Amino acid sequence: MENEKLLSVQHLSRFYGSLAAVNNISFHLNKGEVLGFLGPNGAGKSSTMQVITGNLAPSAGQINICGFDLLDSAKQAKANIGYLPEQPPLYRELTVDEYLSFCAQINRVEKSKQKSALTRAKERCGLTDVSKRLINNLSKGYQQRVGIAQAIIHAPAIVVLDEPTVGLDPIQIREIRTLIRELAEDHGVILSTHILPEVQMTCDRVQIINKGQLVYSDNISNLKQRMQSNSLIVGLKNAPSETELAALSHIEHIEIMSDNRFRLSHAAEHHPAENIAQLAVKNNWGLFELTPGRKTLEQIFVELTYNEVIADETDVETDKGASAA
Amino acid sequence: MMIFTLAWRELRSLFLSPLAWAILAIVQIILAYLFLSQLQEFLLIQHKLVTIENAPGITELVVVPLYGSAAFIMMLVTPLLTMRLISEERRNKSLALLISAPISMTEIIIGKYLGILSFAAIMIAMITLMPLSLYFAGTLDGGLLFTIVLGISLLIAAFISLGLYMSSLTAQPTIAAMSTFGMLLMLWIIDWAGGKANETASGFLEYLSMLRHFEAFTAGIFNSSDFIYYLLFISLFLILSIRRLDGDRLQR
Repeated sequence: MENEKLLSVQHLSRFYGSLAAVNNISFHLNKGEVLGFLGPNGAGKSSTMQVITGNLAPSAGQINICGFDLLDSAKQAKANIGYLPEQPPLYRELTVDEYLSFCAQINRVEKSKQKSALTRAKERCGLTDVSKRLINNLSKGYQQRVGIAQAIIHAPAIVVLDEPTVGLDPIQIREIRTLIRELAEDHGVILSTHILPEVQMTCDRVQIINKGQLVYSDNISNLKQRMQSNSLIVGLKNAPSETELAALSHIEHIEIMSDNRFRLSHAAEHHPAENIAQLAVKNNWGLFELTPGRKTLEQIFVELTYNEVIADETDVETDKGASAA
Repeated sequence: MMIFTLAWRELRSLFLSPLAWAILAIVQIILAYLFLSQLQEFLLIQHKLVTIENAPGITELVVVPLYGSAAFIMMLVTPLLTMRLISEERRNKSLALLISAPISMTEIIIGKYLGILSFAAIMIAMITLMPLSLYFAGTLDGGLLFTIVLGISLLIAAFISLGLYMSSLTAQPTIAAMSTFGMLLMLWIIDWAGGKANETASGFLEYLSMLRHFEAFTAGIFNSSDFIYYLLFISLFLILSIRRLDGDRLQR
């Protein structure tokens, strides 16, 4: 069951006029998985979400949801998907209960099960206390939760959340992230975001999209490995001279960071940490810090998305000029 | 089934805003005033009518003008009822809720249409209470009353279908209201232009006029061609709305 494919997207493209918002993207989602969609603004994240939920028709490509083609058997496919757009689609004049039971009805939840579906969705999203209140009078955080409750009320196989934590306070963000992890236990979740720590915390797999194209797609564990760079951060109270450090085996480059802290780059295949520790004790260097240097997800993200930006810079400049005129 | 869920939600939301109540109250007050003044007029000339052979009765002299005024007032009011149907959902981005649910565009449009239609039915029922109250004092021409209620129902149903379509074209409710009003007024007066100059042209314009088709009903004539005119009108704008909503998803 673990590797059951819930969603498969093949060669998906979507054009706005001549602009390709999504350009030949293929990916899939397994059961019990949180797939993170990362990308700068305007990269095509939201367009992709809209296409897989049927809010936009694809210009080319195939979308298969739980064995149903989204175009050929739209109703069955849509019944298996829950969607929270960037802006939660709320009817603000209704109370939380009224709104959610309407959502249960239009998502074809059986009449006998509507009540339990409603209670369950409210419990999961922490809405039980506000069920009788008007959505209009709720705070932004609670409105966002109502949006999530709406997406999971019919227990769909796939939950698509487009930037679910935007505009929430830190505590709410943590709650929503916990909720997303919980959802992944029996749904597949697609999460679009540009908040990088969120991806590290909640996702099993990450896809980075830039200018409508997938530029990176891998497990979070592989990503973490990639984040390990070949460097060490060393703090020494009685530091030897720079040349002395450079003379250590396998050290390729030394960068002095601040008083008594150094970044040592080393060859990938050798790990000099043990060696350094021994030497430090022997020579009484006063070792107080020894940590493997890490690239942040931010750096990887910038690396992946920025390279192309430089290549396309000239194009973008001319585009801007044209649109300004 | 799904259609009724959507229609019920639409009707409920309408009654949760003060607009629906205000419209019901104001239309009722104005029509009651017109009805009473018409009735008073009738009572003044009643004794003269007795002497005339084949004189028009209370239905022709009181009830028909009442529905005539009601039709005109509804032309002003319908745009306010229909303007928010789709445009506001588009502006609030809540359309995604309906579109990502397992329901078709046809169900969405017809559901919304029936929602407003049931509101209109409530209005017509309330207006009809006035002529029905005359049964306490005398008798009415029941057949004429029936055709005229049927006529105004069809007329308002046609108004609403046009309003729904206009609302599906824009994200601004006020623009939807203004253009609905413009279109309705145009279709109301379109036969004025014909004149005597060109027989075929004026015949065609007369056929398009919503008022002409309604007038037959107020004379107690049930003409199947008038009936078909309204059915065609309604289906045309419902189909256009479905296509317009579907067009949002497609390539542009």
